Amino acid sequence: MTEFTLWDIVRNLLLAMRWTVLLSLVSFIGGGLVATLLLFMRIGRGRFLRFVAKYYVELFQGTPLLMQLFLAFFGLGLFGINVPAWLAAGFALILWSAAFLTEIWRGCVESVFKGQWEASASLGMGYVQQMRYVIIPQALKIAIPPTVGFSVQVIKGTALTSIIGFVELSKAGTIVTNATFQPFTVYGLVALFYFALCWPLSKSSQILERKLNVAHRSH
Amino acid sequence: MSLIEVTEVRKSFGSNEVLKGINIDVDPGEVIAIIGKSGSGKSTLLRCINGLELIDDGSIAVAGAQLLPDELHLKALRLKVGMIFQQFNLFPHLTAGGNVMLSQMVVKKTPKADAEAMARKMLDRVGLAHKYDAFPDELSGGQQQRVAIARALAMQPIALLCDEITSALDPELVAEVLAVVRELAAEGMTLLMVTHEMKFARDVCSRVVFMHQGRVHEIGKPEEVFANPQTPELKQFLGFSAEH
Repeated sequence: MTEFTLWDIVRNLLLAMRWTVLLSLVSFIGGGLVATLLLFMRIGRGRFLRFVAKYYVELFQGTPLLMQLFLAFFGLGLFGINVPAWLAAGFALILWSAAFLTEIWRGCVESVFKGQWEASASLGMGYVQQMRYVIIPQALKIAIPPTVGFSVQVIKGTALTSIIGFVELSKAGTIVTNATFQPFTVYGLVALFYFALCWPLSKSSQILERKLNVAHRSH
Repeated sequence: MSLIEVTEVRKSFGSNEVLKGINIDVDPGEVIAIIGKSGSGKSTLLRCINGLELIDDGSIAVAGAQLLPDELHLKALRLKVGMIFQQFNLFPHLTAGGNVMLSQMVVKKTPKADAEAMARKMLDRVGLAHKYDAFPDELSGGQQQRVAIARALAMQPIALLCDEITSALDPELVAEVLAVVRELAAEGMTLLMVTHEMKFARDVCSRVVFMHQGRVHEIGKPEEVFANPQTPELKQFLGFSAEH
């Protein structure tokens, strides 16, 4: 029987971690783009678009990510489309991130003091100008810490994609365990690697929050 | 012809009727103080004249143009009538200069160099030329309010609405803001101000409007209104405010 060294385990996990990082980036960036679109629907003036965005968010927030992954993976298959695991994983995670980011950012836009709307309106600005020059610049600043904080949720969310067979860090952990019969070591390392990805982000979210709050203290 | 004509204006919030048929005509160059207890509808009236609240009935005309609730008419109105708020409402992400420049550039499409020249001129007018690069949170309340006045003036309005502009200020900062307003009045700017500064109203205003329960209860020259109030409500209000 082959003996596995610790380095063998670590090396294989690190190779798989690239996919966790890539999937996280794709989900976060893709989710951010979709969320930008949804945000303007959600806070815009079109009643129908507002309705669509609101229920989109509620639907994705009200169902487990795992179910969304299953539906993306098996659901599209029903229409005869053969969906590879990476595509289903990316697709589901983008839509899921978009829902949460939309809601986070909506809160940020709405937390801009009402007087800012009134002052800019009284100076003759229209809705789009108010948004672009007054509201969004302030909301962006408020949005940075919770957005960075949410990226941690995305990274941890990618672990679920192992269940539909996408080989990222968690799935690699299972595969390596099956070969080495050292579950505690392997999953301990897996947890450590996740921590190494997430902790700096959580920490920077906290630091950003403190920094930006100082600049924002008088409002 | 009157500059601002408010005719039979009514406004309700839900079942609460805040304005119950208001009539006021303001001539060019007039300085009008609106006084009254809180809840009498004075701030709501100002907000209606600027289109921040839409009226339920009656009409408001500024320089002959009717106030209609679509974005085009509202914008045209707001270019004529500036507004100053109790809470200053400066844009916190822009410097004092940036605050004064922004609406000139995005609303009037003024070239940047001209907007900047205007911003410097207006900040100088309110005595804050040296604060051009300061952010709002680096300024005192009185300075912030003066920047807000400069910001409104830069749009070259024909009238200014002032909504309790000294109420959020520490007592020692009130004078510097009122000095700016007094100067504007002397230069002939039409001013409509909701205020609790009775002495200022008496000294500077051409007419005083006393509002009570959503109606114009008394209106007249300050010397008449303050020296010889006709109604028990105004007597009580003035007596109450004199104690303070």
